[in-house]
Amino acid sequence: MAQIVIFKKPLTGLGREAILAVGYLGRLFLFFLRGFLLAFQPPFQFDKVRQQIYFIGMKSVFVICLTAGFTGMVLGLQGYYALVKYGSTSALGSAVALSLVREMGPVLTAIMVIARAGSAMAAEIGIMRISEQIDALETMDIDPMRYLISPRVAAALICFPLLTALFDVVGLYGGYLSGSVLLGVNPAFYFARAQSSVEMADIVGGFLKSLVFAAIVVAICCYQGYYTHTRAEFGAKGVSQSTTSAVVISCVLILVADYVLTTFLM
Amino acid sequence: MEAAPLIELRNVVKTLGPTRVLDGVDLKIYRGEITAVIGKSGSGKSVLLKHIIGLFEPDEGDILIEGRSRAERSAAEKRELKRKFSYVFQDTALFDFLTVFENIALPLSERRDRSPEEIGRRVREKLHQLDLGDVGEKYPSQLSGGMKKRVALARALVTDPEIVLFDEPTTGLDPIRKNAVHSMILEYQQRYGFTGVVVSHEIPDIFFIAQRVAMIDEGKIRFEGTPEEIQRAADPEVRAFIEGLESPRDDLTGIDSHPIGQKRLLQEMIRLQRHEIPFSIVLLAMESRAGTERIGGHEAGQQVFKLFANHVTQNTYITDTCFRFDINKIMVVLPDTNREQAERFCRKISRTLEGHPLLDALEENAGFRYAVRAGIAQARPGLDLGDLVAEAQQGLAVFYESRP
Repeated sequence: MAQIVIFKKPLTGLGREAILAVGYLGRLFLFFLRGFLLAFQPPFQFDKVRQQIYFIGMKSVFVICLTAGFTGMVLGLQGYYALVKYGSTSALGSAVALSLVREMGPVLTAIMVIARAGSAMAAEIGIMRISEQIDALETMDIDPMRYLISPRVAAALICFPLLTALFDVVGLYGGYLSGSVLLGVNPAFYFARAQSSVEMADIVGGFLKSLVFAAIVVAICCYQGYYTHTRAEFGAKGVSQSTTSAVVISCVLILVADYVLTTFLM
Repeated sequence: MEAAPLIELRNVVKTLGPTRVLDGVDLKIYRGEITAVIGKSGSGKSVLLKHIIGLFEPDEGDILIEGRSRAERSAAEKRELKRKFSYVFQDTALFDFLTVFENIALPLSERRDRSPEEIGRRVREKLHQLDLGDVGEKYPSQLSGGMKKRVALARALVTDPEIVLFDEPTTGLDPIRKNAVHSMILEYQQRYGFTGVVVSHEIPDIFFIAQRVAMIDEGKIRFEGTPEEIQRAADPEVRAFIEGLESPRDDLTGIDSHPIGQKRLLQEMIRLQRHEIPFSIVLLAMESRAGTERIGGHEAGQQVFKLFANHVTQNTYITDTCFRFDINKIMVVLPDTNREQAERFCRKISRTLEGHPLLDALEENAGFRYAVRAGIAQARPGLDLGDLVAEAQQGLAVFYESRP
């Protein structure tokens, strides 16, 4: 008997956690779906979407350029020293371009946007929740999902692919800087190989990833803020926990989703 | 037959976390009345208010509005219903990413059934009424607590709601501002006839504006009735609560509070019956004539009322009692005085008021015009206290008017 109990306990615990996780993912999906569908319901909130595009997209441009530049440079550097052993440094362009377009671009863009805009989104919505601003919207017969969440969902879906494209381009030039300018790979070879090796399928795959990541990030960050009041901790502590979970959960889910998507796309 | 209530709560139960906040609440709210909900902190007053507007759904029981429960209404009817309500939150719940102007405009602009010009006009009107004219472009975080309260009031009233729920609209305000907000709620209610539910700690001031009072205790309605009834209630729990919050002095004017005055009236009644010593009462009502479309007018009004009360007490003898009878009324109990002597007392007040420098200054500064009406009644054996007061109220006639 005792043996069975020993086996049973971790199993039930695992089962409980699994059910909780599946329930959470289900709620998250419905939350996203509602926000997404409400974005297509007239009257459209162009002005609010524009403001969110500015906040999520425009204000992330500098950070994205900075990280993309250095990511490209380090790829150029690492790639060069790996390829130089085989005397095929001319393939540096393809190595940098493919890893950027397929992986680094979508993933790092998503993680940078989480750090910059996602945490802010969770905190902003969380504060609105604890200061009863969301309740106030409801008393005025304004659907808070429509007023607060939809514009963010729409803006994220527009911004992520564009920021990813920007990341790819800047990263490519970063690789050129370290590979060609500093280490002397022929620039003509670098760009020609980059151009010839990247196919349309890679670009489409990268964009598909960025769209999925956009959905994951905006859903988790808004969800955590929106349901701050259901936490055990109230007030400022609740908001800080929401913000932390928003960042951690979305980062983890981005990497998990990246693996799953890559498996299907390959 | 009793009129059908506008809102009726039937055995409403709500458990939040481990606590049963509402434990079978039965409450009726009538159309066109102000109902005050009082009770200790944490007794579930705000939760009750949130049930009425539909932010919370009851675990058990039902809430009927205009005789029908929310559950049996269609989505369109629910929206229709929601538009009749307004809610003034305790901590104002202003949107910090919008300016004051946008905050007040939001309930109108999101409905999209009015032109931007009309919305602008209505918002400016409310800004003017609540003396917020110059802060429209500021953000809520740049305002003081009192101003935020006013913005919240403006936002709640801009839609011309039929039912307004106030969650402690005056907490943290000084006596003049507090009385001005009460006086404004009362005036609005009389002008537009909305139904008001006010959660409040302001005892006894809230009794001046409420027609009905409900006291909530341990999740149940402990008492429901008129302000007079609750002040006479025999229930020790209710008595303890009311007396614990009542002070012997009115915090605006510094004169005796309503319950002290009532006690004095009773004593005089007994003296009359036992020893046939006559007494008279004088009811002095200060009424606004102009300037009260703005809250500044109400504030000036309360300030003038305070000075006026001061002036009246200076003209009384030590044996007389002067107490606050209503939001804008003072009652003077004059022992050993007949009607004629009471009239002389009134004339003296009127005469000395003529050149009162403080009142003159206020009149000029705030553009506020007021009139004082006086009602005199002499107690007679066989006339009970209620009739005596009613006689004084019926006899109210203008005896002083400020310059036009």
